[in-house]
Amino acid sequence: MGRRENTEVRAPDLAVHCRGVTKDFGAGDSLTRALRGVDLDVPYGELLMLVGPSGCGKTTLVSIVAGTLEPTAGVVNVLGNDLAAMSNGRKVRFRRDNVGFVFQAYNLLPALTAAENAAVPLLIAGWNRKAAVEAAGDVLDSLGLGDRLTNLPSELSGGQQQRVAIARALVHEPRLLVCDEPTSALDAENGRITMELIQRIAVQPDRAVIVVTHDSRVYSFADRIASMEDGRIESVAAGPHVSQA
Amino acid sequence: MLWIAWKMLIGNRAKYLGIVFGVVFAALLIAQQSSIFCGLMLLTISQIRDTQGPDIWVMDKNVQYVDDIKPLADTELFRVKGVPGVEWAVRFYKGVVRARLEEGSYEQMILLGIDDDTLVGAPEGVFMGSVADLRKPDAVIIDKVGYQKIWPGEPLRLGRVFEMNDRRAVIVGITTASKTFQSFPIVYTRYSQALRYAPRERKVLSFVLAEAAAGLPAEEVCRRIEAQTGLQALTQRQFTRKTLHHYLAKTGIPINFGITVFLGFLVGTAIAGQTFYLFTVENIRQFGALKAMGTSNWTILCMVLSQALQVGIVGYGMGVGLAALFGAVTKGFGRLSFFMPWQVLALTAAAVLVIVLLASLLSIRKVLVVDPAIVFRG
Repeated sequence: MGRRENTEVRAPDLAVHCRGVTKDFGAGDSLTRALRGVDLDVPYGELLMLVGPSGCGKTTLVSIVAGTLEPTAGVVNVLGNDLAAMSNGRKVRFRRDNVGFVFQAYNLLPALTAAENAAVPLLIAGWNRKAAVEAAGDVLDSLGLGDRLTNLPSELSGGQQQRVAIARALVHEPRLLVCDEPTSALDAENGRITMELIQRIAVQPDRAVIVVTHDSRVYSFADRIASMEDGRIESVAAGPHVSQA
Repeated sequence: MLWIAWKMLIGNRAKYLGIVFGVVFAALLIAQQSSIFCGLMLLTISQIRDTQGPDIWVMDKNVQYVDDIKPLADTELFRVKGVPGVEWAVRFYKGVVRARLEEGSYEQMILLGIDDDTLVGAPEGVFMGSVADLRKPDAVIIDKVGYQKIWPGEPLRLGRVFEMNDRRAVIVGITTASKTFQSFPIVYTRYSQALRYAPRERKVLSFVLAEAAAGLPAEEVCRRIEAQTGLQALTQRQFTRKTLHHYLAKTGIPINFGITVFLGFLVGTAIAGQTFYLFTVENIRQFGALKAMGTSNWTILCMVLSQALQVGIVGYGMGVGLAALFGAVTKGFGRLSFFMPWQVLALTAAAVLVIVLLASLLSIRKVLVVDPAIVFRG
């Protein structure tokens, strides 16, 4: 869509490249070390799942990768951009142009219709309202919500709301999709449908998808699974469907 | 993005109405109280405004306002007439007298005595009878509101008789004179007749009304009169300002109204600010999500300010609208003074602007410091 900044400096095969990433919260006696030297690579075309118990640092790591949180130390290179070298303003534009988000609590705007919600990233990028809502309507249609475009979030089921959130995450064709517990608020069936949609539509050769989850029912959709424990990545393994192949 | 901000605002109906209520309350109170204040101030100068014709009012040098009568000797008229640049000058009596009505009750009245020969200073709004009838014996013209005050519910009728200082007065005309600050009925008569109605005093001349000669500014003629007679001479505009200044500086009226206006401002700010802040807190995750998705702080700031302005415009419109409605409804009662000049609208608009800006300050701080990573926390 011609909206991305041309700031790539790294080899094109890795969408995310982290080395020695640490993150501390607080200071002195109240200092908490959330990440303890994380190394992580995510190539384009891959769906990586970050799994582990609550408090192990998954959300902190994905927040840093998405550019919404500053690491205390380490190298974070996303889509060829060194995030540490970016100004705040540039990081905001980087997120706007390159990152799609799916949140655990959907975070849809309750006053906007499904199509308007899905159009938000385009509106942020400066599209006019009519064109943005039309484009969002097309994406929603591809996610099976073509008959729900004018419904408010309160008129949609949890699964439908999450599909709107996925449409919103994909409408501006980001090259990194970050999903935080996308199935935790859904029942098994809707969780499976959501992950199928993400796998079918979001995973593309020029895009990487990182899914934070501790919902073991959806592990089967991962290309690789990175297990975290106490602020470190303990292991990285191929996903079940990759292993079987 | 401003469109999203407005939909967010209106979408939360209860909070939206709460914020608007705060602004409406403040705008209503500020506009209504300011308009009543302006109405009262208008009353203080009503007799200057109603006395049409003369450019110049001449009075004792210590007079502070139009009701502050310090009588002059009759000979002062001739001294004023003798000042170069004075085209003409006439006597004018103003005093408060007690009238005895037909039915035996008493009523305080403002008595105005105008020049016997020229009738300069006569009221313009005579709608029953005529000014010329003042030349008849015992003739007076009374104002409509005063007539209705002393004879409530009775139809307006010429020829009614009452007494002032045991002397007969016959109503030969009814006029629409402006209400006065004292709210007494106003009675116009000839100067010589007024002296018969008024209590006997050594000096009785209240004012000399004069006109500047053609081509001479009234201010210049005033200076000449003051220099030559030692009296105070003011143009109609200057006398109006002097009277207003007296009421503003020497009475508690501005302070009393000012306190009410200030309270309206404070309460409106508190209600609007608190509700707006609660609205922002309630939507903080949405703002966080927008920031995570790449909305800049500048855009977020514009969104919050546009929400505040939208509330301000709606609240202002409703507030001044209700104040104007109040004025229109109470106008019929006759007793309440209500005057809403454009300055009141401008003052209220400025106050509302300050209210919504103050109300949005906490919210702006909240959304600007919110960490976009908040959206990843459960």
